[in-house]
Amino acid sequence: MAEKLLMKGNEVIAEAALRAGCRHYFGYPITPQTEVAHYMAKVMPKVNGTFIQAESEVAAINMVYGAAAAGARVLTSSSSPGVSLKQEGISYIAGAELPAVLVNIVRCGPGLGGIQAAQCDYFQACKGGGHGDYKNIVLAPSSVQELYELTVHAFNLADKYRMLAMILGDGMLGQMMEAVEFKDKEEIYSADKDWACTGTKMQRESNDITSIYIQPEVLEGLNRKLQAKYRQVEQNEAMVETYNCDNAEIIVTAYGTVARIIKNVIKMAENEGIRVGLIRPITLYPFPAAAYEKYAETPEAFLSVELSAGQMVEDVRLAVNGKCPVHFYGRTGGVIPSQIEILNEIKKILNK
Amino acid sequence: MATVFKRPHALKEKELHYCPGCTHGIIHRLIAEVIDELDIEGITVGVSPVGCAYNNYEYFNCDMVQAAHGRAPAVATGIKRVNPDNYVFTYQGDGDLAAIGTAEIVHAAARGEKITTVFVNNAIYGMTSGQMAPTTLLGQVTTTSPYGRKAEIHGFPINVCELLSTLEGAAYVERTSVHDVKNIKKTKAAIKKAFEVQKAKKGFSIVEVLSTCPTNWGINPIDSLKWLEENMLPHYPLGVFKGKDLEV
Amino acid sequence: MKQLDLVIAGFGGQGILSAGKLLAYAGMLEGKHVSWLPSYGPEMRGGTANCSIVISDEPIGSPIIDYPNALIAMNGPSLEKFEKKIVKGGFIITNSSLVEGRSMRTDVEFIGVPATEMASDMGNLTYANIIILGKLLGKTGIVKKESFEAALKKVLPEKKHYMIPDEMKALVMGHDI
Repeated sequence: MAEKLLMKGNEVIAEAALRAGCRHYFGYPITPQTEVAHYMAKVMPKVNGTFIQAESEVAAINMVYGAAAAGARVLTSSSSPGVSLKQEGISYIAGAELPAVLVNIVRCGPGLGGIQAAQCDYFQACKGGGHGDYKNIVLAPSSVQELYELTVHAFNLADKYRMLAMILGDGMLGQMMEAVEFKDKEEIYSADKDWACTGTKMQRESNDITSIYIQPEVLEGLNRKLQAKYRQVEQNEAMVETYNCDNAEIIVTAYGTVARIIKNVIKMAENEGIRVGLIRPITLYPFPAAAYEKYAETPEAFLSVELSAGQMVEDVRLAVNGKCPVHFYGRTGGVIPSQIEILNEIKKILNK
Repeated sequence: MATVFKRPHALKEKELHYCPGCTHGIIHRLIAEVIDELDIEGITVGVSPVGCAYNNYEYFNCDMVQAAHGRAPAVATGIKRVNPDNYVFTYQGDGDLAAIGTAEIVHAAARGEKITTVFVNNAIYGMTSGQMAPTTLLGQVTTTSPYGRKAEIHGFPINVCELLSTLEGAAYVERTSVHDVKNIKKTKAAIKKAFEVQKAKKGFSIVEVLSTCPTNWGINPIDSLKWLEENMLPHYPLGVFKGKDLEV
Repeated sequence: MKQLDLVIAGFGGQGILSAGKLLAYAGMLEGKHVSWLPSYGPEMRGGTANCSIVISDEPIGSPIIDYPNALIAMNGPSLEKFEKKIVKGGFIITNSSLVEGRSMRTDVEFIGVPATEMASDMGNLTYANIIILGKLLGKTGIVKKESFEAALKKVLPEKKHYMIPDEMKALVMGHDI
């Protein structure tokens, strides 16, 4: 292990990508993720890599598409409105089965919204966003250290499954500084990208990367293949942290920075004799449903706390499957719920 | 016996899907001949557009990447930046390049992206059945300008070469046509030059090729060539707009 | 002190964010858990800046501080904005050169340090934030002076390392006041 460094979340994303072997970054400025671009702009020329500030998010994601088609590990980062613009490219990346990593440092919407932290893009990230039956792998770090680890992981998953892997953070996570400890060497999933368009060198048949299939049966074949791959991802790649759940009176579920607020709430509740557990999905897709099934009959109730009007709660309800009431508490617009208001909500649910 | 005519190696042995009389086939062949002559098939990656040529990845023997509508220059940018020694070209129609993809082509040119664009201008949307294109001529009837294109309603056609030639990053800009043999030869020479400009890393290169669409123009193939000559040439003058004296 | 939940607030340009960063870095170098969360966005552009720093012996839950036990207010508006939030028994350090009057709170300790004047005497106004941090270190012992010096070496670019002796002088002045 190398020494600990104090770094900003956004910068750690960039550094992690570099450590994962990414040498190509395409992006467009938008708050609150611009430090990723600043870092890449500084480092890429020194490592013989590419940094392009594209003319739009649309262009940036299509540059990602091209670079991924050419076999490179490639990153783009943006924030909610920018990620909306990228949806076209994301759907094409899914259709063409290209590996790429996208970071969304979520801000509050809809529309231009605001720039404060939010989790209102859960649906967009996990339920499509663009057109077509497709999935992205979605990772939700809750600390700067995890931002590092999950960014590297995202590149590996992208290559392993030929999918887009997304880091879903928020402005707080991107802007905050914490200690981070980089490994001396990253574990890199080595993918044989024999499908990549690098030139035939006159030694093989041409490779074609495409997402258009005019024949219905052929396109259905692709869809079946994609769905089979997604089932694999669901089986193999779910990640979750459970905390204090055995004997919990109520299990709160939250991801990202909100889960950290919940940890403080758990302490406050303890002081009042209330046993609160936490299920923190680390992968949002695949959703770690098994953790909810396991504890579905333990508490009196579940409570999903989100910086949204209620998005992940739908997956929680599906996972709990009616075995226990599932409540929701959310704040929107960039408002962060205080510990005491969450505690009060818990007490209300438990009639305490 | 000497072979005087054969399929270029860079073209696959596959029947083209284009309508009878369409000039896409000629332009495909010209690109393939240039790839053969420069002996670069193994290090060339092409980018297919959205439009009639959406699946031309099936026709070329080099590696091909299919792009979203208008995004080919951005996709080509990504490919080229990863493997700078590859020849990267985009093949785009007028709707793809001059409407939905205007930002991408302008900025790829402005960045001096070392790619080559073959821009097929037939003044109409073909694949979606004959709608008005950014290059549709004034007065021209299309399915979305059924009374003819009117400046006061639809605005004016875009002259892409003239526009792009104002950009410093654009090293080579030429407009040609394929309405007769002489011009077909000139088109091939222009495409070759554009690839050579890319090889010399001089910047962005584009050849706009005036082309026909008998099906959506509603004119037979022979008369289409005449229509192109009589109607398109006056508005879209042929020639080199940039890089005439460029040594490559 | 087991856990410092500190808010540093003031005008943009007073070195608010960098003071917090130095402190967090020093804490990290001592093996403590630290977090630093800045205000960002429109608030920043309005000319005020603040950051939340947690330094703890235990892993940190939320980096958002609902209940600060310490406040450094480098100007009047910051005192007004944050004094209400300080927990009972906490403390407030102000830059008394710029902050007129005292806190409205009677249940927290109030410490005024004429940091701008002291920095001015040193010939460099930008040291005001370091002088205040010195006072914080003197009062709480949350990190050692040596750790702070080590943090300076990490945070400042090499070409600014010549400033470290003066920065440390400022820190000691605040520390010993």
